[in-house]
Amino acid sequence: MKKQELKKWQELPIGGLILDMGNSSETQTGDWNPNRLVWNEDTCTHCLLCWINCPDASIKVENSKVIGIDDYHCKVCGICVEVCPTKPKSLEIISEEVA
Amino acid sequence: MEKGTMKKTKSKSRRVFLTGDGAIAEAMRQINPHVVAAYPITPSTQVVETFARFVADGLVDTEFVVTESEHSAMSACVGAAAGGGRVMTVTGSQGLAYMFEVLGVTSGLRLPMVMAIANRALNSPLNIHGDHSDTMAMRDMGWIHLYSENGQEAYDNTVQAFRIAENPNVRTPVLVAIDGFQTSHMVETLTVETDELVKKFIGKYIPSYPMIDIDNPVLYGAADRPDYYMEHKRNQLVGMINAPEVIQQVGKEYGDLTGRYYGLVEEYRMEDAEYAIVVMSATAGSVKDVIEQLREEGVAAGLLKIRAFRPFPADEVAKSLSRTKSVAVLDRCGTGGAQGGPLFLEVRTALYEEKSPPQVINYIFGLGGRDLPLRDIKDVYLRLREIARTGKRGKLVDFLNLRE
Repeated sequence: MKKQELKKWQELPIGGLILDMGNSSETQTGDWNPNRLVWNEDTCTHCLLCWINCPDASIKVENSKVIGIDDYHCKVCGICVEVCPTKPKSLEIISEEVA
Repeated sequence: MEKGTMKKTKSKSRRVFLTGDGAIAEAMRQINPHVVAAYPITPSTQVVETFARFVADGLVDTEFVVTESEHSAMSACVGAAAGGGRVMTVTGSQGLAYMFEVLGVTSGLRLPMVMAIANRALNSPLNIHGDHSDTMAMRDMGWIHLYSENGQEAYDNTVQAFRIAENPNVRTPVLVAIDGFQTSHMVETLTVETDELVKKFIGKYIPSYPMIDIDNPVLYGAADRPDYYMEHKRNQLVGMINAPEVIQQVGKEYGDLTGRYYGLVEEYRMEDAEYAIVVMSATAGSVKDVIEQLREEGVAAGLLKIRAFRPFPADEVAKSLSRTKSVAVLDRCGTGGAQGGPLFLEVRTALYEEKSPPQVINYIFGLGGRDLPLRDIKDVYLRLREIARTGKRGKLVDFLNLRE
């Protein structure tokens, strides 16, 4: 996803209204967290518990298989790490310096 | 207001006896808003009571929401206006203060509603009488302020307020203020236009983005992070910047229909005035009386009455006062630690760019319903003459009719 282009004040709808439907995905809600979620493809069983529990739909899935993390919207809440049943866990939170 | 320009119209207006509150209620009946949500408070209780009777008698189609507080009243108005309705409420004083949180929501969302206010002092000490401290406390909440001298102006301003608020270039809420008790409870003779004229004048309301239009969904009240808040606030200002032209257009159009013309300010004997008083609302009437007395005594006294306090008509004020020698601004509101009353600060700032501005002094008067006798107004003019004669200004901010 490319970096959002910030609009000028003249380009905004009246009263701070939002006129487009379903545009919340355009807001990159995950860009503020200094930590990052990483996914280990080798240990993942694709049980999709992380996908069903993620409050921000940030576990990317294709053909019923996990394919990665949407870092633009993942807030690194850690719910997926909690529910991940594999040993060792297939999802891990790492700090920005390490990332 | 121009005099002697009464135009013949087909419709027959009525001369009636009404209080200021009654005049506003009568305008509301004719406007027939979709929604009125209100919580009655002295001295505007009578507006709500009278309007409630109109609702009970089936004279209006309005959905009348009796709320449990002013905060709820304004919140209900926000919802109704966002939904796409023509909306009105009534309050003052503590009620307005209790609404405060929602006032910025209304203007920030650019919802064109009208709020009638009978100005009343703020606690503490508790006081139910008139002064401007309530609306002055919310002067920068993004609302357009219209102040009325008497019941006639209260009626006329209420009707015009809808046209101003709903103008596509403005889309900003408007408050119409009258002085508590002096105007709200005083019975006056005034002209009420026909229902047809008012209905035609305000026209059908076309909301810009009604929430109840399910085919065109829209989100009201989204959050902003620091990356967009400033742009939205700048965007909001457009309505305020466009307002003066619209207020004058509407005032002219209303005048052509009724014979009563309105602008941003009203000048009274200002064409050759050397000493001027600037004031808002009911006190302007007393000042006019004093001016007539003084003119007979050869004192070139004049009055500049501010009708639209927000947006502040700085150019008109500067133009009108630049010809005078000395000016007294009468604030019916305390300074709160500022360099003077709110009106004084505006007027003095407006004159800063003038090459030879008049001396400007400030008087605080009429707090909590304190009377302002004509002799006190006369004394102000005599002091202004003295300032012009000697060049000595003396005290910048003083009180009128205060025991000390």
